[in-house]
Amino acid sequence: MGLITDIRDSISSLFSAQDPKRIGIYGPPNAGKTTLANRIARDWTGDAIGPESHIPHETRRARRKENVEIERNGKSVTIDVVDTPGVTTKVDYTEFLEHDMEKDDAVRRSREATEGVAEAMHWLREDVDGVLYVLDSTEDPFTQVNTMLVGIIESQDLPVLILANKTDLEGSNVRRIENAFPQHETLPLSALEGDNMDEVYDKIAEYFG
Amino acid sequence: MPEVKKADDDGVQIDLISGERMESMTSMEKIRMILDGVHEGNIVILEEGLSPDEESRLIEVTMTEISPDEFNGIEIETYPQSGSTDSGLLNRLMGNDETKKLTVIGPANQIKTLHKDETLISALVSRK
Repeated sequence: MGLITDIRDSISSLFSAQDPKRIGIYGPPNAGKTTLANRIARDWTGDAIGPESHIPHETRRARRKENVEIERNGKSVTIDVVDTPGVTTKVDYTEFLEHDMEKDDAVRRSREATEGVAEAMHWLREDVDGVLYVLDSTEDPFTQVNTMLVGIIESQDLPVLILANKTDLEGSNVRRIENAFPQHETLPLSALEGDNMDEVYDKIAEYFG
Repeated sequence: MPEVKKADDDGVQIDLISGERMESMTSMEKIRMILDGVHEGNIVILEEGLSPDEESRLIEVTMTEISPDEFNGIEIETYPQSGSTDSGLLNRLMGNDETKKLTVIGPANQIKTLHKDETLISALVSRK
């Protein structure tokens, strides 16, 4: 009896000692990915992950926050949160000039942005175990980047939660996102205001625990 | 690719690539063919599109080739997958390949999507 208990304990400790799952936060530029990453990191570790900005491509390097322990219903789930640069198929430095940036800075930002997108794609193919796909719910979700990225995530058989962000803004339309990706669960939230985060954490524990 | 006559300066060249032609190519050969065409200012139309993995690599390679004032990247359009075409592992094992979808790719500064839904892609193509 003691032997069986020992074996059972060994097996359960083997599984509990698993590396935390790496959950990538993906989506187009300016969807609020870093705001969400910071919200999750601050809620459970007290630290932020990276700077937020309304200028596209503020995040130009994937950033990982390790061992984020989320407690739900008496259990805890430990994940690594990976905040990734917004994915796009084009980067035009002249768009940064509209944000009062000098040409040299705009060119540098666009170069770093392209490297960041390539890095994000590499992470998606090789290094993440699940995805939080963040969309701005005031924008049309029927874009090529969304179609391709969700297709890529599905082809890797990665668990994915679609997050309809920015519900605090006028013009937010969660139903449009649900209709665009009916094969996946969509959760509304405002990462900025912290609205509906309890449900988001419940689902993170359910999907990635 | 065999030698083809180049489009006149006042036109836009469109290359329609059959699924049969793509079948024997490796992923990198497909990506190179697409980006070489796009760099020349051509619109490339693929009868059967790319696999998700190839799309991911196309984005990655495109990013490495973006150069200020020369090449801003690509515009790419395919029909979105509808909910009924959930391409799960079982579907793929059964040979139900959902990746075969018409795909249009062009230089980002020459092609602009006007409308897109599950059954229609409407785009405006301009000269360089």
